[in-house]
Amino acid sequence: MTTSHNPTNAAATEPYVLNIGPQHPSTHGVFRLRVVMDGEVIRDLDMIVGYLHRSMEKLAEERTYTQNIPFTDRADYLAAMSNNLGVCLAVERLAGVEVPERASYLRVIFAELQRIASHAMANGTLVSDAGAWQTPLLYMFREREKILDLFEMTCGARLTTNYMRIGGVSFDPPPEFWPALQELMDEMPTRIDEYASLVQDSEIFLARTRNVGVISAADAINGSLVGPALRGSGVPWDLRKAEPYCVYDRMNFEVPVGRHGDVYDRFMVRLEETRQSVEIIKQAMAQIPDGPHKTDIPLALRPPVGEVYGRVEGPRGELGFYLVSDGTPAPYRFHIRAPSLINLSLLREMAVGVSLPDAVVALGSLDIVVGDIDR
Amino acid sequence: MSTAPRPATPMARQILEHRSLLQRAYALPGEVFFPLLFVLLGGLAATVGIGFLVVAGYLDGRWYDIRDLGNGTSHFRYWAQQQGLPPSVAYLTTALLGGIGILSLVGGWLVIGSWVERRLIAKFQIRQGPNRNGLFGLLQPIADALKLIQKEVLIPVGADRLLFFLPPILIFLPAMLGWAPIPWAAKMSYVDMNVGVVYAIAISSLGVLAVFLAGWSSNNHYALLGAMRTVAMMVSYEIPISLSLLGVVLFTGSLQLSQIVVWQQTYHIWMVILLPFAAFAFLFASTAEINRTPNDIGEAESEIVAGFHTEYSGMKAGLFLAVELGNAILVGAMMSTVFFGGYSFFGLETWIPGYLILATKIGAVYFVFVWLRGTLPRFRLDQLMSFAWKFLIPLSIIQLLVVSVESLVIAQSDLPGLATVGGSVVVNLVLTYFGVRAWANAIGYAPNEMASPPIMTNGVGGLRAAEQIRAGR
Repeated sequence: MTTSHNPTNAAATEPYVLNIGPQHPSTHGVFRLRVVMDGEVIRDLDMIVGYLHRSMEKLAEERTYTQNIPFTDRADYLAAMSNNLGVCLAVERLAGVEVPERASYLRVIFAELQRIASHAMANGTLVSDAGAWQTPLLYMFREREKILDLFEMTCGARLTTNYMRIGGVSFDPPPEFWPALQELMDEMPTRIDEYASLVQDSEIFLARTRNVGVISAADAINGSLVGPALRGSGVPWDLRKAEPYCVYDRMNFEVPVGRHGDVYDRFMVRLEETRQSVEIIKQAMAQIPDGPHKTDIPLALRPPVGEVYGRVEGPRGELGFYLVSDGTPAPYRFHIRAPSLINLSLLREMAVGVSLPDAVVALGSLDIVVGDIDR
Repeated sequence: MSTAPRPATPMARQILEHRSLLQRAYALPGEVFFPLLFVLLGGLAATVGIGFLVVAGYLDGRWYDIRDLGNGTSHFRYWAQQQGLPPSVAYLTTALLGGIGILSLVGGWLVIGSWVERRLIAKFQIRQGPNRNGLFGLLQPIADALKLIQKEVLIPVGADRLLFFLPPILIFLPAMLGWAPIPWAAKMSYVDMNVGVVYAIAISSLGVLAVFLAGWSSNNHYALLGAMRTVAMMVSYEIPISLSLLGVVLFTGSLQLSQIVVWQQTYHIWMVILLPFAAFAFLFASTAEINRTPNDIGEAESEIVAGFHTEYSGMKAGLFLAVELGNAILVGAMMSTVFFGGYSFFGLETWIPGYLILATKIGAVYFVFVWLRGTLPRFRLDQLMSFAWKFLIPLSIIQLLVVSVESLVIAQSDLPGLATVGGSVVVNLVLTYFGVRAWANAIGYAPNEMASPPIMTNGVGGLRAAEQIRAGR
């Protein structure tokens, strides 16, 4: 901790401690920053997590693999579909379960819808953190609502969907789903242009986010950054391309990467990714075959003894599930590699030495979900 | 479809049937209709009422032009003195009546203003806004006030109790006092003082004391940070406000607000056309003075919770919020008087009472404030400071030099007003356009280079791929 005692300055100042959170408008949940500040400038920063700890990984050891799927809804509560998908893929690889093709397409469609919804939330709260009085947030919520309604139409739930199953998905979407999805996908590009015109060229937003919270590509890799935060730093790493799962190898899409690695780049990467997600969904809708939407598996699935690390590209980055099976219906170890927790570890590099508003914007650009951090 | 289709949920059916949220949200233009109705009916009632009193001879037995009420409070004072009351009593009664007048005026504005702001912001944000209490949610401000009044006022441990008690009262004073010199019609103002502009500037800088007291006495870092920010900002933005008003004063040759309006009436021109940069500087600096977006850093919610009034609860917090709203309307009144012709509207004021015209103009400026709040993100403190000191103040000083020459020409030349004032308009417009551009270039402002979209790639890789992409840029 450095003090700013400057002998040439008559008004000597001394640092003080400011607790940001656990209840604070811009911590996005119950998360606490203990900040040592010198005036408006942050000199040191501790991140204190654990206020939302629900002991999921331990609880999972007492339950069967299927019973563990709802826990993942609550881990990253803004991207339940992606979490469902991650755990199902890991268990399927561990147990050697085949997935019908239609189920794979449905998984891609729902994971990409979830990505659009999650990125809308992330970008909206980021602009609110930058001081907009929630107008961009509510614009972005408009399409998020429609996506959540599609979820509700299909599986009955909006946030904690519990939709994916080991060996497929729980329901085939109802007939009304497809025209509604088609209409949403048709209007989505113009809606994304609307968000962009509201925020992208706003000079105040540019002044607040350009060259703020810069992470170089090397630092991002060394810090294990994942997802849009990593791609914002210019590293073209997307698991959907690098290690295609489901049917992503049949999809034609591009990966956006940032130029400077600052907050604005992370925002723009998320915005472009929603555009790419719309393209992926359109292709999946065109290609989806008829057929069963799930395979039958035993209720108490007993995977062979062994371990597996299954990972998917969630909205926040690489979401990994490390499962160890001892041959019983319950996992011996159930570990979640949460992207939010690991992305958060770089906040200190971004926030120390800058003023409080910049730190708030940098935190917003990491798009943390406290449920994902604490689990 | 492999499995039997499930029936759509009620929610899903609703979505399929009603696609356009936008269409539903914009179905009822209540926030356009009701303020207009408020102004028109209020004005009509006041006009008819006063007209009745005048015709019936209750107001001093003389026939008055309804639009020319004279200085209401001083008329009352003369009347009271004629009745044989001692001057001190007459003066005190007059002051009390004037105070009640201002309070009821501002109170009415607050009630309608907070409702308008919430409804308008809701429309900007594709929401409904308050629509439950009363018709179109019109009773919502009253419900809010009742809720705030019945809430407990907490005093934090370690707070300086006296200094914590004072600021909500202190901050209310300048918000009321500022209304005194505003002319509502010809000869219709509470106090038509000959130093109106100086008075307005002086009053507007009083609020900072209350803000600093609030931040200091709360014993809270957030409050202190907010108070420090607000003080720094108010002190900086006093200067552009004064400089922009000085330009107006140089043209009109008077510090009296009514004279400023009369000058604009005489030359049939609004100051905003004659002095566009001063009007912008005044508007921007005012948003900083009264803590509104994009300059609401004193109570920046995402950073310092609620700024200087973080620790206030109940009606004390409510007073801070009300003053914030009242200040916005007061700035609207000041702005319309000085830059938008006040109660005059190119001859319309002979047909419509001036106070209705002024109220409409105040509403327009207030709409701009709400619009800004619904659209823009927030600046950072250092950006605001540099904007004031590197941009607004130097350009305002340059403008002041230009204006002093122009005002001399207008005052001393034999040319008709159309030529001199019109020439000044052209000169000022051209100078503002090129001056702002040149100055922005000089201090190295280049926004177009900043907004660059991300690079789209098809490959994957690590650091080497990142370097290749960066090199290929």
